Amino acid sequence: MDRFIPNRSAMDFDYAHYMLTDGRKIKENQTVCSPAREAYRKQLAETLNMNRTRILAFKNKPPAPVELFPSEHSTASAHPTKSAKPRRHIPQSSERTLDAPDLVDDFYLNLLDWGSSNVLAIALGNTVYLWDASDSSTSELVTVDDENGPVTSVGWAPDGRHIAIGLNNSEVQLWDSASNRQLRTLRGCHRSRVGSMAWNNHILTTGGMDGQIVNNDVRIRSHVVETYRGHQQEVCGLKWSASGQQLASGGNDNVVHIWDRSMASSNSPTQWLHRLEEHTSAVKALAWCPFQSNLLATGGGGGDRTIKFWNTHTGACLNSVDTGSQVCSLLWSKNERELLSSHGFTQNQLTLWKYPSMVKMAELTGHTSRALYMAQSPDGCTVASAAGDETLRFWNVFGVPEVAKTAPKVNREPFSQLNRIR
Amino acid sequence: MASRTVAKDIITLRGSAAIVSEFFGYAANSILYNRGVYPEESFAKVKKYGLPMLLTQDEGVKSFITNLTAQLSENEIVGKEWLEAGKLQRVVMVIMSKATKEVLERWNFSIETDSDVVEKGVSREKSDREIMREIQAIMRQIASSITYLPCLDEPCVFDVLAYTDTDVPVPFTWIESDPKLIANPQMVKLHSFDTKIHKVDTLVSYKNDEWDEQ
Repeated sequence: MDRFIPNRSAMDFDYAHYMLTDGRKIKENQTVCSPAREAYRKQLAETLNMNRTRILAFKNKPPAPVELFPSEHSTASAHPTKSAKPRRHIPQSSERTLDAPDLVDDFYLNLLDWGSSNVLAIALGNTVYLWDASDSSTSELVTVDDENGPVTSVGWAPDGRHIAIGLNNSEVQLWDSASNRQLRTLRGCHRSRVGSMAWNNHILTTGGMDGQIVNNDVRIRSHVVETYRGHQQEVCGLKWSASGQQLASGGNDNVVHIWDRSMASSNSPTQWLHRLEEHTSAVKALAWCPFQSNLLATGGGGGDRTIKFWNTHTGACLNSVDTGSQVCSLLWSKNERELLSSHGFTQNQLTLWKYPSMVKMAELTGHTSRALYMAQSPDGCTVASAAGDETLRFWNVFGVPEVAKTAPKVNREPFSQLNRIR
Repeated sequence: MASRTVAKDIITLRGSAAIVSEFFGYAANSILYNRGVYPEESFAKVKKYGLPMLLTQDEGVKSFITNLTAQLSENEIVGKEWLEAGKLQRVVMVIMSKATKEVLERWNFSIETDSDVVEKGVSREKSDREIMREIQAIMRQIASSITYLPCLDEPCVFDVLAYTDTDVPVPFTWIESDPKLIANPQMVKLHSFDTKIHKVDTLVSYKNDEWDEQ
């Protein structure tokens, strides 16, 4: 007779035993269940055969450490314990909603960016608008010609003053938002539209529908200084690490590449450091962890729906979580160990996760079509999201800023006030 | 394209049990070192699994862990030892506050045993090197866990629990215990390794340092 040994790794006997023998009662009529409790309750439901287990401990206990204080080593942890602080309230609905007519509903584009000077740039069709968060004022930066547009990507330079605009005709325009002047046009680096961009000091990295990634030194005439080849299809995600040493790129070929500056070559295309092929759908969502170097989060499109975590030093996949829907964008909190993802069908929600447990902390709904674009305020407290439902929403998801800004309840259609050249 | 043939080694039940109990010994030491339960100076470096591993030199701790791993892999008193008989379900290392005895961290090593091997005494094949690599990955994860585990900045003590089948007689050096659980823990699953006879999963749960979500 074969003895059946069930897979115990999927069960949590601890929790089961605890719930069965200890004081805490499950509140059956609880209508609002915390995500953490829900996770444990699921494990409880999977439990079997608690009767067949006996728990033993050694009679003689190990000696207690002689030192009164733990060694230096353990206090080097990056996460100091804080005294219990009140859990912050995360509003489930957007704090503010603005109209964004003509916002292109294309998964592969990157039409929203929030600059360090606290100005949000958004591309609606052929026009780029700037929304100043400090006084909620709107201005038009540029409207491109029909044959060159629509605008396919926007990216603020680190100085928060210069801004790059990628176009459908494969060109990239560089503007000075302070003087509203165009500085130059980058041509010849791509053969089709530029849907993704990322800045690294004076280098503007552009990703094209042609699968190419180009490093452009915007200060010099011959701006193409490096090319990364590897993607077979459109490059829709592009992010430099905080140190500027590594670049993560995601493509419609379902591949994520990690490129390292140390492998740079000026006369031939640079080889990637890692090629990560675990996603089964386009990867646009990329986010480098602010509190752990070499940790990258990636999100897969409709056929994949997972968020994966990578050690970009070794290329190892550390974790993979099924979110249930297309992942359009990812943002790490600058204040807490939390990750925010934006999704498509069916809920079009923004989900806030606790890291590393990946327990859901909040789900923010409101968008009525996929939440394709997300950007974070420079103070790290607010997130802006935009969708094909032609709305731009602001969420106080990462915490309330120290100085409360009394935002005037302005008209809800700032962009329609301006004349649009059709 | 050249084909890669990986040399596989024969794994017996006894051999696998030895690998698992040895793994546990090193993992326990690594946890005690990395979590700062005992002072750094009381550990010495040895080479194992292709990594520098720390082993305690404190006689009391050393003998505790040795007795423990011996129990898992060779026990003349009971007869057939727990791992070989497939009776060991998991080994849990708990780290508690020395002052309050509150459980702060729980390192859970679940063990799944291939019943065919236990019943019929067959052996399996897997490359030693591959098992080594799997264990190496876990050891690396234990070492890097300090980046997200809360700081243990009070003196701590540790204990080890063994979850066994009920039909195993309790050896006289062991007593029945409560599971020493953490209320509302945060849990992180680490890598697992598989000798094809025993599969070991690692999970660390720790005290949530924020209020419970309602």
